[in-house]
Amino acid sequence: MAEIATPPRLLPSGDSAVTVEFGRSIDETSNRRVLALDGALAREPVEGIVETVPTYRSLLVHYDPLKIRFDPLREKLIALATLPSPAAQQSRRWRIPVVYGGEHGIDLEDVANSLQTTPDEIVARHLRGDYRVAMIGFTPGWSYLSGLDPRLEMPRRREPRLLTPAGTISIGGVQAGIQCLPGPSGWHLLGRTAVRTYQLKRNPVFLLEPGDRVSFVAVDAHTFAEQERAAEGGEWIADLVLS
Amino acid sequence: MTRLVVTAIGPASSVQDGGRRGFQRYGLTPGGAMDPLALAAANTLLGNDPFAAAVEIGPLGAAFTVCDGAVRLALTGASRAADIAGRPVALDSSMIVKEGETLTLGTARDGCFSYLALEGGLRGTPLFGSLSVNARAGLGSPYPRPLQAGDELSASTAVVGPENRIELAKRADGPIRVIMGPQNDEFPEDAIALFLSASWTVSAVSDRMGYRLEGPPLVHRHGHNIVSDGTVNGSIQVPGNGQPIVLMPDRGTSGGYPKIATVISADLGRLAQTPPGQRVGFQAVNLADAHAELKALADLIRTLPDRLRPADGSGVNVEALQDANLAGIAVSAIDPGTWQNERGESS
Repeated sequence: MAEIATPPRLLPSGDSAVTVEFGRSIDETSNRRVLALDGALAREPVEGIVETVPTYRSLLVHYDPLKIRFDPLREKLIALATLPSPAAQQSRRWRIPVVYGGEHGIDLEDVANSLQTTPDEIVARHLRGDYRVAMIGFTPGWSYLSGLDPRLEMPRRREPRLLTPAGTISIGGVQAGIQCLPGPSGWHLLGRTAVRTYQLKRNPVFLLEPGDRVSFVAVDAHTFAEQERAAEGGEWIADLVLS
Repeated sequence: MTRLVVTAIGPASSVQDGGRRGFQRYGLTPGGAMDPLALAAANTLLGNDPFAAAVEIGPLGAAFTVCDGAVRLALTGASRAADIAGRPVALDSSMIVKEGETLTLGTARDGCFSYLALEGGLRGTPLFGSLSVNARAGLGSPYPRPLQAGDELSASTAVVGPENRIELAKRADGPIRVIMGPQNDEFPEDAIALFLSASWTVSAVSDRMGYRLEGPPLVHRHGHNIVSDGTVNGSIQVPGNGQPIVLMPDRGTSGGYPKIATVISADLGRLAQTPPGQRVGFQAVNLADAHAELKALADLIRTLPDRLRPADGSGVNVEALQDANLAGIAVSAIDPGTWQNERGESS
């Protein structure tokens, strides 16, 4: 069924990039259109487009203004963005092991208290989620997932932590995340994974792509420690299934 | 093996080139030189590709000692004192540093970053098409971190020959030009007017990720959170405290603060060379003007070789002297100390 697509807003981001904005909120429709336009530009590259960066609700298109002028670029992007949505693409699904709670997920108890339930129930809700990589950004491999159980929505921490560990599995607002490198975060830390979404010693260096599906499986601390050693050596750890 | 040994170096000094493109979709920021024109000038002085890797030197001083052969270098960017074994050398020129000699650089007097290029290019193993250091991502070559004393850079052995200087017009001052948006509609009209009229002070906590500006707080229309979207070099985001941050080449690839405006490409290097404590203002321009400025900068970088001049400044035919086996005299004839004063610079 061809849906009638409203044209996106095209917002210049300086003189060498344009934001193609499909919506203002985190919603499935906008993100699908972002990924559809990104896919269309990957299949039929436009001379002068340097790179594209998909995010929740917009596609940032970096271009070389010495190779393509803004007006033809805008027309091309609007034409591609208003094509009927293609049938859902077959997407890859990753199964990502997580050790929850304790030293690995220091906010699990607090999240359970805030949401007036038990840590086990928080883990169960997190495990039931059917996630999609909506975008990867901020730092290498930081994967922002859509599909969080609405019963896990809660505001971000008032004071962000300056350092959270590699492989942190966290939630913030309506989002779930897989953080690769150690770094600051204002999200609630539920657990950790040994999966490195960015690992220089591995081929591919970047494991996840925007649009990939993700589900989590729980592992114990011993398994996590073993997986960490294997990941250090460049193993994927995550299981890839086509769905 | 001829090499340049880092004997002293301040923070914020790292190997940088034109950066890496194509991986922002995975969260990998482009990195690259803070002042691309100065990088290109340094490389042009040595016949290198304009965006070949060089040492980007932060505001504090540095010293480099040459081992096992002579090395030809070129220094551009921030104004600062420089000498080889006590002999003053000039900026915007190539120079030979002989075995055992030390090139000593003072702190930046005007500007923030200098570029020290090596004849034949700085050697390393590119990752994602670049040698640029991104310490957080473990990227950069030959060292995936800022430079430290004791680091060694392998170099091509240079022979004594004519040196070049490059004539660069003084950079325009005046406001930093911006294109409004992409989220200027998140700000009321009076906040936009204030952003464009205020005098902003570059904060001391500025770095390669972003330049923080201090001035009158800018208010948002709907609060300071937007759904995270992509950033570019020059994005001016305004967090909850209303104090703008101009994102620089080591920025996060996405961010959740509204971006009131974006610095045009042609003015980014000039902003990068604005030291903490100095003031800047902003002026809105349209896309056509920004593209004209970008083309002018690209044309300037492409034609930098036309701006090379013999460094002796006195019409001495250095090659003829060399041919006459008077290389030693040629070296003294091109002693930069003799023409540094002609250019009106203190030595």
